[in-house]
Amino acid sequence: MSDPRQEPEDQGPMHMHQLITADGQRVEDELLEEFIADVDDETLLGLYRDMVAVRRIDREATALQRQGQLALWPPMLGQEASQVGSARALEADDFIFPTYRENGVAYCRGALFSQMMGVWRGNTNTGWDPYEINMATPQIIIGAQTLHAAGYAMGLGLEGKESLAIGYLGDGATSQGDVHEAMVFAASFQAPVIFFCQNNHWAISEPVGLQSSVPLAGRAPGYGIPSLQVDGNDVLAVLAATRWAAARARSGGGPSFIEAVTYRMGAHTTADDPTRYRGVTELEEWGAKDPIARLRTLLQGRGKLDAGAEAEIATTADTVGAELRQACISLPDPEPMSIFDNVYADSHAILERQRDHYERYLAGFFAAEQGLGTSSSSGAAGTKGASTMEGSRP
Amino acid sequence: MSQLTLTQSINAGLRRAMEDDPKVVLLGEDIGTLGGVFRVTDGLMKDFGSHRVIDTPLAESAIIGTAVGLAYRGFRPVCEIQFDGFIYPGFDQIVSQVAKLHVRTQGKVRMPLTIRVPFGGGIGSPEHHSESPEAYFVHTAGLRVVSPSNPQDAYTMVRQAIASDDPVLYFEPKRRYHAKGDVDLEADLGAAPALGSARVAAAGTDVTLVAYGAMLKTALDAASAAAEEGISIDVVDLRSLSPVDYVPLMESVRRTGRLVIAHEASQTLGLGAEIAATITERCFNYLETAPVRVTGFDVPYPPSKLEKHHLPDLDRILDGVDCALGRTNSRTGMED
Ligand SMILES: Cc1ncc(C[n+]2csc(CCOP(=O)(O)OP(=O)(O)O)c2C)c(N)n1
Ligand SMILES: [Mg+2]
Repeated sequence: MSDPRQEPEDQGPMHMHQLITADGQRVEDELLEEFIADVDDETLLGLYRDMVAVRRIDREATALQRQGQLALWPPMLGQEASQVGSARALEADDFIFPTYRENGVAYCRGALFSQMMGVWRGNTNTGWDPYEINMATPQIIIGAQTLHAAGYAMGLGLEGKESLAIGYLGDGATSQGDVHEAMVFAASFQAPVIFFCQNNHWAISEPVGLQSSVPLAGRAPGYGIPSLQVDGNDVLAVLAATRWAAARARSGGGPSFIEAVTYRMGAHTTADDPTRYRGVTELEEWGAKDPIARLRTLLQGRGKLDAGAEAEIATTADTVGAELRQACISLPDPEPMSIFDNVYADSHAILERQRDHYERYLAGFFAAEQGLGTSSSSGAAGTKGASTMEGSRP
Repeated sequence: MSQLTLTQSINAGLRRAMEDDPKVVLLGEDIGTLGGVFRVTDGLMKDFGSHRVIDTPLAESAIIGTAVGLAYRGFRPVCEIQFDGFIYPGFDQIVSQVAKLHVRTQGKVRMPLTIRVPFGGGIGSPEHHSESPEAYFVHTAGLRVVSPSNPQDAYTMVRQAIASDDPVLYFEPKRRYHAKGDVDLEADLGAAPALGSARVAAAGTDVTLVAYGAMLKTALDAASAAAEEGISIDVVDLRSLSPVDYVPLMESVRRTGRLVIAHEASQTLGLGAEIAATITERCFNYLETAPVRVTGFDVPYPPSKLEKHHLPDLDRILDGVDCALGRTNSRTGMED
């Protein structure tokens, strides 16, 4: 038996589609070319701007976590092209089912920083209103959202709507039963759904080779789902690949699977210590394939990114960072009694009784703290009326 | 005696079980190279090899389901579920297979699985990382469910769980992972209190207070605070949630006549409900007041900034004690 912890060596028939090489050269790709025929240098510059902003979001949020302003943060450093390229391929009415890591996608979607930070600050489980930006809230249960995407797309099919759902997932998620069941349903019902898998090579401490002995994109065809493997650090190729899948979905072609080959340059989350399980060589190797640097080289070569433009983009990024910080630290603490809200569309007597009880408890606690206390809390037992302890015993 | 944290104690217990029985294998996400996200399995892959400490692909149903197959083959699998809220993909295998195989095969197939689950809140985590799902498993016949509250029990009980021929859900009080205590690593397993036994953690005379897992510490703190006010609380550490050891519990309630049960899990159909019902049935004539439950509310675990409102703390327990004592408390004046 081969060691499952090794990278799959045989990439088989999988061909990694690419349009911009790691050193910033534009190369041709037979399949993808038609999907980006309309992309001019201005659009490329826009993608560059997005990626710089997303990287800045990541840096600022990581800093905020270290400063105790966020409880946790899942870095997306290195995955900017996968997130921006895919998000920018979508229409406003396409519906996104993300994982916890797609904050770059959320940015492109127009989520407010206050909404983005609320979840990671521990204020709420829901950042944005899913229907406002057509994007579900961050999914922490690995793989669950792929079923939701398949189901949403089945709904579009039932309504005969020309729109699509996209489910983001990680390499680790491909091992979950939910993901396989999502592909079965999507294929059976030819649902207009895109499974967008960011293979960032790690699921916390587990390398992708432990999840699969074949390239991840190689699995989907077995379910009857056409797939592509794309350079996930090449924003143009990711845009094109997602447009390929979107065109299939919109024209009744059914589901597609995209494996965006990228790399998680940061820790799994700010609570993780990656030095325990991976070496620096890998980091250096992937650092050389940076998504932002390669587009910078390309744009500079075309004379589209002079010092002035760079400075302007840097200023925009600084503004993004400052706005995010401000939005985060000025989030009001949630109301204690809100824990009873929205458990049901129509609450019920038992829950309302618990709410009432806790309200009384807090009121008594407050009164006790003010020295008015008759009720329990901090002073507890001794401050209250006579014990009935001496009451009769059987 | 060694001074160990609760995580180190579980680690030592796993190590000892693996030394004693070559059929003990560990399965879970990130348990090998990383040593688990809480480092409970730290160093075990290095010492026992990746064939016995298995980093599995990311799939809980498969972790439990393949452990069933390993058990069929005579192994004693110890599964780690990374966080409480991630056990549900494995729920079907636990409820429909692990719990039922022994009875289904008329005792011919044993399921000596141990399923380790860090549980409970109070650590400032996002959704799904702070749950108390123990009642689902207590409700499922065929499973044993335990939860240690201190390093010595953590060490002994994990060994007992692995040695048990029944499947055991072993709920680890993650909020107390770093708590230190004396652990006798050489203690004879046969002489240790049985896996299914409860224990009086602090002796008292006025009120019986039942808790388990991380809540035990809160209960002990409440007992100390109450002692300053002249109230003497008998604190019972449940240790085993299924089956519940009612002997020391009834003995205590017969002395105190008053019962408070505290847990983080939601109230409805939680351990508190079951214990209150059973004690009411079996000790009715000894009870001075109705049993009191101090629990998490019947709400999904709230975001971390609000978790202190959901988790029963010392004050809420003392308020429950007041209620059991018939003193003015937060329930006073509430309509029935
Ligand atoms: C059902 C479930 N099991 C375990 C976890 C714990 N967990 C959180 S992230 C993660 C790794 C996910 O890896 P991958 O799918 O590659 O996504 P990435 O984090 O790399 O973006 C694990 C095991 C979880 N959140 N949900
Ligand atoms: Mg990954």
